Amino acid sequence: MAHFEKANSIQEWLDQRLAVTTVKKVMALEYWIPKNINFLWAMGMVLAVTFALLTISGIFLLMYYKPDTGLAFDSVNYTIMSEVGFGWLWRHIHGVAASLVFLVIYIHMFTGIYYGSYKKGREMIWLSGMLLFVVFSAEAFSGYMLPWGQMSYWAGMVITNLFEGFSPDIAGGIMNAPGLVEWIRGDYVPGDAFLTRFFMLHVLLLPLVIIGLIGLHFAALRIPHVNNQDGEEIDYDEAAKLYKEGKTKESKVIPFQPVFLSKDVFVLGVYLILFFYLVFYHFNFAMDPVNFDPADGLKTPAHIYPEWYFLWSYEILRPFPKDPGLIAFGFAQVAFFLLPFLDKSDTVAPANRRGLFKYWFWIMLVDMIVLTVMGKLPPTGIWNHIGLVAAVVFIALFVALPWVTKNENKA
Amino acid sequence: MKKELQILAVVVIFTAILYIGVEPFAHSQMHKHVDGDNFSYSDLKENTKQGNAENGKALVMGAGACTGCHGIEAIGHKAPMDAATAVGAYGVNPPDLSTAGALYDAKFLANLIENPAHALKVEHKFDPAKGKMHPMTGFYGAGGDKAQEIADMVAFLKSIAPSEITPKQAYLDACGRCHANRYGKIDQLGETPKFKKETDTLKHKVAVLEYQDKLKAYMGKLPPDLSIIIRARSEHFLETFVENPQSHLEGTSMPRVGLTHDGFEKVKAYLTETGDPSKKHREAIGPWVLLFTLVFTVLAYLWKKQEWRDH
Repeated sequence: MAHFEKANSIQEWLDQRLAVTTVKKVMALEYWIPKNINFLWAMGMVLAVTFALLTISGIFLLMYYKPDTGLAFDSVNYTIMSEVGFGWLWRHIHGVAASLVFLVIYIHMFTGIYYGSYKKGREMIWLSGMLLFVVFSAEAFSGYMLPWGQMSYWAGMVITNLFEGFSPDIAGGIMNAPGLVEWIRGDYVPGDAFLTRFFMLHVLLLPLVIIGLIGLHFAALRIPHVNNQDGEEIDYDEAAKLYKEGKTKESKVIPFQPVFLSKDVFVLGVYLILFFYLVFYHFNFAMDPVNFDPADGLKTPAHIYPEWYFLWSYEILRPFPKDPGLIAFGFAQVAFFLLPFLDKSDTVAPANRRGLFKYWFWIMLVDMIVLTVMGKLPPTGIWNHIGLVAAVVFIALFVALPWVTKNENKA
Repeated sequence: MKKELQILAVVVIFTAILYIGVEPFAHSQMHKHVDGDNFSYSDLKENTKQGNAENGKALVMGAGACTGCHGIEAIGHKAPMDAATAVGAYGVNPPDLSTAGALYDAKFLANLIENPAHALKVEHKFDPAKGKMHPMTGFYGAGGDKAQEIADMVAFLKSIAPSEITPKQAYLDACGRCHANRYGKIDQLGETPKFKKETDTLKHKVAVLEYQDKLKAYMGKLPPDLSIIIRARSEHFLETFVENPQSHLEGTSMPRVGLTHDGFEKVKAYLTETGDPSKKHREAIGPWVLLFTLVFTVLAYLWKKQEWRDH
C-alpha cells in the first residue's frame, strides 16, 4: 500500500486519493482551446445541456409512464398531463428537447463540414459524432413509440417494414429476410411486445450507449484538439506557455475554464430563451397532433410522416421503387460516415476558402433542406419530382466528392 | 462581433426556411382548406316571424308532438324513455330540450323542426324516397300559419333556456349523447357515476357498452372519444367541422350540430378543460421562466465580457 500522510484539509485529503487538483488542471484550467472561434463552437455544450434536460425530464416521466398498449396512451395524456403536478412541463420539455437536440446536432454537423473538422487527425471525432447521431436517431424513434398514438403505431409499422429487405425475386431471394420484421416486432403487427422492447431500448440500453459514446467523442478531441475558424495548425505547447506567462493577448489559446466556458454559458443562455419559449408557447411542432389520437390498427392516418429530423433520409427512400429505394436509403445512412475518406483534399479550411468544395457545401445544405420539406409533403405531382431530383443530387454529391476535392492539392 | 452576427443570421435563415417548409407550408398542402361561416348557417332559410312563447309551449307539448320523444327537464317533463330504451328505438337518444334555445342557433332550430335531415345535413343518409326516414319526423304544421307556428316553438325553447350554461353542460347536451369524454368522466349515458359495489360499476359499464353498440349500428362506427381532441385537431378544424361536418368529411354520418358561436365557445372551453388542462399553468408560469432565462443570459454575457477582456 502507498504511504499516506495525515491531510490538513479536505482538499488535500481528496488530492491524496483522487488527485483532484491535477484532474481539474488537465480537464479544465489548462485544457487549451483556440481563441479564434465563434459561437458555433458552443454547440457541444448546448447539446450536452439538452441531453441533460432530456435525461432529467425523462426520469420524471418514467415514474408515471406505463409500457402497456392498454395503458400507455392514457398514462401519458391523462396521468402525466393532468394528474401529476408539473407533469405537463416535463413532457413538454422532453418533447421540445427531443426535437431541438436534432436541430443542434445538424448545426454541429454542418459546422464540422464547413470548417473541415473531420479530417487530418480528427477522423475519430467525426466518426464518434456520427455514431452518436445514429444512436440518437434510434433513441428518438423508440421514444416516439411510447405514447402509443396513431403516429407511434403507424410510424412503427412503416419503419419496421423496411427490414423486410429486398424483393424475393432479387438475387434468388438472398437479400430478402422472411420473418425478420416479425422477429423485430415480436408480433405480426406492432403490439405489446413491440411497445415493451422499444420502451427498454429507450430508457435503458440506448441511453447507456449514448453516454458511452459521448465519453468517446470527448476523448477523441483530446489529441487532435478542437479546430478553429481558419483551420490553422497551432503549437499548443508554445501557445500554452505564452498564456501562462501572462501574455494572454499574444497567445492563440484560452483555457476551457473559465474563459471558453463563459462564452459557452452565454450562448447557452440565448439558446435557453428559445428553448423555453417553445416549451411554453409553441410546442405543437414537436408534438404532432396526429399522435393525440390513440393507436388504431384499423385506421390508417391520411398522411404518415416521420418527425422532421428523419425526413431527409425518408425522402431518399420514398421517390424510388422499392429495391433501388432501399439501396439509396442504405447509402444515405452511411454517406456521412464516409466524409473524411471521400474528401481527398489535404486542406483544413472553411469551405468558402476551398475550391469546388465551396459549392459542394452549400448545394448539400440546400439539398438536405429541400429533401426535408419534400419528405413531409404528400408524394404527389411536382413534389414527388422535386424529391426525386433532390435524392439523386444527394447521392451524386457524395459520389463526386473525391473528384471535387482532389484538385485542391495541386495548387 | 459583426462576424458572429453574420454567422447567426445564416443559421437563423436556414432554420427558418426549414421550419416554414415542414410546418406551416407542409400542413397547408396536406389539409383541405375550409372557410368558416361564423355559425350563420347561411344555407338555411330565414324565418322572419315574431314567435310567441305561450303559443309555442302549447305546440311543443301538444300538436307539435315534441314531448312524445324529447324530455324537457326545465319544465318538469321527463323523457318518455330512458336512454337505453330510446337508443334502441331511434338509433340515438333524443336530446332533452331544456337548453336547446340557448345552445343552438334560432334559424337552425326553425329549419330543424321543419326538415331535420336537411338542417342536420344528413340527407345523404336519410332519403324518404329510398324509405330511409330520419328518426325525427319533420313538423307538418298544426293547421295555422306553419312558419308562425315554428317561430312560436323556437320562441318557447328560447324562453325556457337558462341564461347561463356551464361548458360541461354545453358538452353534455351538444356532444355527449354520441361522444364519450373519458378524461372528463363522461360516457354516452352522461356523467359516469361512482359506485360503491363493483357489481354496480360493471352493470353501468355493460349499459354503456350496449348503448354504444346501438349507436355504432346507427352511425356506422362508434363516434370517437373527445377527451383530447383539442390537441389532436386544430382550433380552426374543430370550429369549421362542428359548423358543418360535411365540409371536411364528405359523407360522414355526423350531423351538423347547429351551435351558436357562443355555444361552440362553451363546448371548446370544456374540450380545453379535459384535453389541455395545463393551458392556464403554462400561461401563468411561462413569463417567469422566460424572465429567468433572460436574466441568466444577461449575467452570462457580463461574465463573458469580463473573462475575454484581456484576450
